[in-house]
Formats: sequence, C-alpha cells, structure tokens
Amino acid sequence: MKAKSAEELKQFLVRQVLLNPRRIDLPQLEKELSYISRERVSKPVIYVGMGTCGRIAGADKTFSAIREYLDDHGMDVDLVEGGCVGLCSAEPVVDVQLPGKARISFGNVYHEQVQHLLDEIMNHNLPEANIIGQYGNDISQSWEGVQQVEEHPFFAGQKRVLLDNCGLIDPVSVEEYIARGGYWAFADTISKHTPASVCQIVEDSELAGRGGGGYPAGKKWTNALKTISDQKFLVCNAVESDPGSYMNRVIIESNPHRLIEAILIAAYAIGATKSFIFIRKEFTLAIERLEKAIENARQYGLMGHHIFDSGVNIDIIVKQGARAFVCGEETALNNSIEGKRAMPESKPPYPSEKGLWNKPTIVNNVETLFNVPLIIKNGAEWYKSIGNEKSKGTKLFTLSGKIKHCGTAEVEMGHSFRDIVWKIGGGIPNGKKFKAIVLGINSGNYIIEETLDTRVDFEELRNIGSSLGSGGFVVVDETICMVDLAKFFTNFFKKESCGKCIPCREGTARMLEIMEIATQRPGKNNNFQTLERFKGVMQLRGLASVIKDSSLCALGKSAPNAILNTLKNFKSEFDTHIFERKCPANVCRDLRVFLIDVEKCTGCTACYKKCPVDAIIGSARHPHFIVEDKCIGCGLCYDACKFNAVLIQ
Amino acid sequence: MQPNIESILEKFPNKQREDLIPLLQKIQDEFGFLSEEIITRVGAYLSISVNKIYGVATFYDNFRFGPVGRYHIRLCHGTACHVAGSSTLLQELEKQLKIKSGETDKEGLFSLEVVSCVGACGLAPLIEINGEYFTGLTLAKLNEVLDSKRAKDQTVYES
Repeated sequence: MKAKSAEELKQFLVRQVLLNPRRIDLPQLEKELSYISRERVSKPVIYVGMGTCGRIAGADKTFSAIREYLDDHGMDVDLVEGGCVGLCSAEPVVDVQLPGKARISFGNVYHEQVQHLLDEIMNHNLPEANIIGQYGNDISQSWEGVQQVEEHPFFAGQKRVLLDNCGLIDPVSVEEYIARGGYWAFADTISKHTPASVCQIVEDSELAGRGGGGYPAGKKWTNALKTISDQKFLVCNAVESDPGSYMNRVIIESNPHRLIEAILIAAYAIGATKSFIFIRKEFTLAIERLEKAIENARQYGLMGHHIFDSGVNIDIIVKQGARAFVCGEETALNNSIEGKRAMPESKPPYPSEKGLWNKPTIVNNVETLFNVPLIIKNGAEWYKSIGNEKSKGTKLFTLSGKIKHCGTAEVEMGHSFRDIVWKIGGGIPNGKKFKAIVLGINSGNYIIEETLDTRVDFEELRNIGSSLGSGGFVVVDETICMVDLAKFFTNFFKKESCGKCIPCREGTARMLEIMEIATQRPGKNNNFQTLERFKGVMQLRGLASVIKDSSLCALGKSAPNAILNTLKNFKSEFDTHIFERKCPANVCRDLRVFLIDVEKCTGCTACYKKCPVDAIIGSARHPHFIVEDKCIGCGLCYDACKFNAVLIQ
Repeated sequence: MQPNIESILEKFPNKQREDLIPLLQKIQDEFGFLSEEIITRVGAYLSISVNKIYGVATFYDNFRFGPVGRYHIRLCHGTACHVAGSSTLLQELEKQLKIKSGETDKEGLFSLEVVSCVGACGLAPLIEINGEYFTGLTLAKLNEVLDSKRAKDQTVYES
C-alpha cells in the first residue's frame, strides 16, 4: 500500500471515515484502517508502557535501552511511547509486534533485560521473560504456547470497556484513535442528533455518575439543557485527589482522545461552547498528553469554531488545580476555576442552574464521561446490557495495598468484591489474613469479611450502609491496625478541611484529638489522662454523627465515616486500645511494650547501645533487660536486635 | 538566567481574577516560590488586594513562600503508602533532617513535602527527590538514599 503524507492521511480520515455515513459498509476501509491503527504492521513495532507508574518503575531507562539497541543494530523499528495496560505490578511493560505475528506483551522488563529480550524476539524466538500474554487475532499468526492476554488472571475477570484501548495505542495520536473507531460517535452526534436526543440517549442508558454520588448523568444534562442562558459550561472533574486511587489519571494518560471526544459530545448535548478540564497539577504526564492530544485534535478540525461546517463551536481548556482535596466538590471546583479559594457553596442552587460565573455548568467526573462516546456509538440498549438489573456499565478500581496484582482494573457492575480480591487481584501476599477493603478515603467505607460477597452495585452497597466511593480499593490485611487507619483518615480530613463550616473545621480536629489520646502511651499515675480518654470515647460517636449530619459539603459529611465504620465493624479492636491499652496489630507505636527473651539474647549489647533513654540494663554476654518504666516504646532495640530476642508484647 | 516577572505577566493579558491561580503557578515554576515582592507585583497587575492573593495562595498546598532545598524530598502519604509503612519513613525523615513537612533545613540541603498520593500505589512506599523516584523503601534503604545525596553534595564542595 502506498504511504500517505500527513495531509492525505488527514483528508482520508476526516472525509472518508468521520464524515462518511456509510463507513461501516465499506470493507476496503477496514483494511486501510487496520494499518493506521497498527492492527496490521508492515515493520516491527515495540511499545513501552510509559504511564506514570511505568516511569516510576523504570520504563524511561528501558525505553532508552531499546532505542540504543535499535540504533546499534541499525534496525528499522517503530518505537512507541504507549499508555498503561493497568497491571502496575508488572511494570515496565514492553510489547512487541512483528509483521504477521500476534502482538506479545512482556512484564517487568528492566533495562538490563532489554538486550536478551530483543536478541531473541527479533529472531522470532520466545525469550525467557515474564510473558503476560499475546493479543492473538485472526489476521496474525499466534505465538505457540503463549496464553492470550485475556487469560492472564488479572485480565480474565475484567470487562474492559473503558480500558479497551489503554496500553494498546499511542495515546496522543489522533490518527490511531480515529482508525480504531474514535471520534465516530462525535461526528455522528453533530450530524445526526439534536442536543435533546443526545441527552435522551444518555438518560435511557441509565449512566450513573462515577464520582461517588451515582446521580444519573442524563438527568443532569437534561436539566442544564432546559435552563436558558446565553452561555453554559462543561467541566470535567479530573482532580482525583483521593489518595489511593488513580484510575482517572491512567485513562487520561493512556487514552486522552476518548476524554476529549466525550467532552465534545457532552458540551454539544447541553449547549456549552466552552469546557474546562480541571486536573491536578501533579499529574504532569497526563496534562502533557492531554495538551498534545487537544492540539492534534484541533489540527483535525475536531474543536474550535464551526466544527466540520456544522455551526457547532466548542473549545476545551485545561486548568491545573493547585492541590486541595476539597476541589473534588463541584461548587468548590468552580470557585477554584474562577480564581478563588476552593470553598464549597450550599446547594441548591445546583451548578446545573448557577455554576461558573453564575452560568449553568455541568460538572462530570472523568470516568462518567469516558462512557459517553461508547453509549452514543453502540446505543443505550448495548450499554444497558452490561452490568446487572440496577446498576449499568462497568466500574474502574485502583487495586492497591496488601494485594498481589496492584493496578487499574475494570469490572462489570454486579461482580462480587470477593472475586475482585482473589481472582483479579490474586489474593493477599505472604499468606496473611484478609481484614478489610477500604473503598476510597472519600467514602471512608469498609468491606469486611462478612460483606465480601456484596456485589459492586450502587443499591446493594447502600443497603449495607456503604457507598461505592470514587474507585479507591485498598486491601488491608491483619498486620494493619484499623484504629491507626481511622486516625490516619481523620488526620487527612483535618488537614484538608477548607474551614468554611464549623462542624467540619472544628469537629475533625476534635475527633483527631480523641483518636490521639486513645493511641497515646499510657502515662504513669496520670488518672486525668484516663478520664480524658474515656470522656472522649464516650463522645466520639455523637460527635461523628453531628459532623456527618451538619457539614456543608460531601467532604465534611464523609469525614467521620472512617471512625463510625471502625466503631461498627472493628469495635473489639477499638476496645483493646481503650481498655487494655494494647494494639493487637502492634502498629500503634505508643502502645507497644518491649521485652527481651532471655533464651535468645546473647548479650551482644546492640540494643543497649541504641537505647536513647538508657532503659536497657545488662552486661556484655549476659541477657539484657528492659526497664518498662523508662521505655518510651521507640522500637530501636527491636530494629537493632539481630537474634529476634526483642519481642513486642 | 534570572527569570523575569514581567515576561510572565505578559502571558496573561486579560488581567482577570481567573488568571490568578495559573499565574501564581507559572511564577512558582520559574522562581521556585512566591516572594512578598512578587505577590505585591501580581496584586498591582491584576488589581487584586495583596490580602486576597495571600488568602488564595495559602489555601492551596501547592504554593510555597520560601525556597526549597537542593534536594526536595516528596514523600507519598496516600492510603496505600500508609498501609505499607510510610509513617515510619516520615518519622525517620523528620528526625534525621530536623524539619517538618513544608520546611527546609538550615543548610538548604534538604526540604520535605508530604503529598497525598503520587499514584504509584503498586510500588509503595516511595519518595521522590528532584524527579527521581525511590520505591519500595525500608528504613535502611531510605538511609542509603539520604547518605548518597549527602555524599554527592560533599563532592560538589570539594571539587
């Protein structure tokens, strides 16, 4: 096939693909597109997963090692900076696609393995490496004895609708995205649908907001469409400051064009001419790729003034957040865009009536928007066929904590949490016992052993007094102290409280005080401290309930959840801290009591030398002893002992 | 080359309130922190009172009002890192460097910042020093990292 120049390619993709209503009936297009999308290749292609986690794991070094190898051997190979396939524990990931052969994916390829890997694979031999799998299809020859990527345990249980292109394509290339069916939905939207019918399709699909609330997105759009105003705005909420969840960042980094397409469709549906993507400044790679992708899409005439001669004007602006957790709240986010402090406002009026600069504004989460192009392209019925009776579609989770396969996973609604942990996540490492799943800090909800069979479903979670949260999924095993975790969450909320309403500002500080007293080292002969501790604990539940009921925004309302849920699900652990003054998991530093095992102690004096308060007595070559009254519980002796003679009681 | 405040201001010709945060971010990227005179200049340019600018700038965690050290340590303290033991790392850093989060030590060598999540939970706990990541840390590994940075600084002085 004759190679096209950039301009010819653009004309081809725009005229014959995007603006061609008969494109699906043309088989000759398919072959041409499969070359552009790299489903068929005429020379070898190597993809390196260069998401943020890949880079942190060393993908940069791998990339330059491959470049060097190719230069040294004078090989004509396309080297692509890809996105992230989601399996963080296998980073850096390198995919190799030889002409006529199926694409094959290798995990944990560090720079020193590059030489061996390429030596073998370029000669069509399978190297000894961590093979994730191959992407076999009917137009290429499969590798013998290699499993399909979908058969890998991490991918087998997933339903990859939103993540379909992630890790497979060159994220910023608009050509590749169009060749894989991207922007088709947008081209159809502006040529075939009215804004009202787009809202109707989304409403019919029963798409629920993925930011945590689960409010129907279509309904929100219809409200905004009905509000009459000279200007409307669409805001994409990509703040994602919930520690322990980064699936939005992954999908933006790996497939930014999908987000752009979604925003264009959503802006058209509500009649907005200007849209903002509000993203955390720390997501430098996501911002960089997003800006490049916007620039590429603009060159294809996909945004700006009078798009494809349809009379539609939409512009997208990337706004960088200056880091404040409360920015995730829509009214606070709007204030931040306006250049003010990110403080939430009371609702109503809702932003869909009075938002940015008092104009109707729709704020949607990245994940919610990511669904939109698929719904328009495949129809509301198709979307409704995914998921269970009550909740439709899929949900992204960031699996992290004490779990074997860390990463971003997408599951169909209705999947049980047990399956996610043990099938997709691969279970808990080192044979430890499962304790809980923390569903994101902003919900503060736990899934415990008894509720593990709950399904990922808005209603079912509500029934057990929980909520889906934003998608954080931190697995906690028996080595973690739940009281310490609740203290950590409370400390986070105290730090991030914006200070506008009193229950949240003062309440979180008081809750933290109580938690600190509960985990403080018992003072000797200090009855006053004991009294304070009991007083605090007696008031804790009441205080938490008041904060939950009377705070202005969702941040304050969810701040006490961690404590309330710990009291509910892990009461005995709490009691042990309060009454017995012990931490069952030995995490709370101040509550640890150290002992020396006389049988094991060799009298090497290592602990004696380290002790900062001279609490250890004994002479060389004789067992030592810790004076409990003097010990401050710092644990230095425990770390110093080479014979495991220091025990924690 | 000393960055020029006027050339940054020129990039925001609309002089609107919404320009404030991007402008401050740009200035911080160039200068490293927001100084008093710069904030006064920004106030005059955007016709916003200095009070209000401080109000906005101190609200967000991104803005700094003093220079960072030669090695700026960012410690991830998200849920996954906490579960993996980043509190112990934080205590160790605070003890060794004798600074708290958001401060710079006396020699101007290290500064410490606690961030809520850098999004690499699979590699927790981790720190970032001037763009370089150190993952899966233990106390011993952390000490090695700090020592290597100190040693590097020593050789700079000697040469």
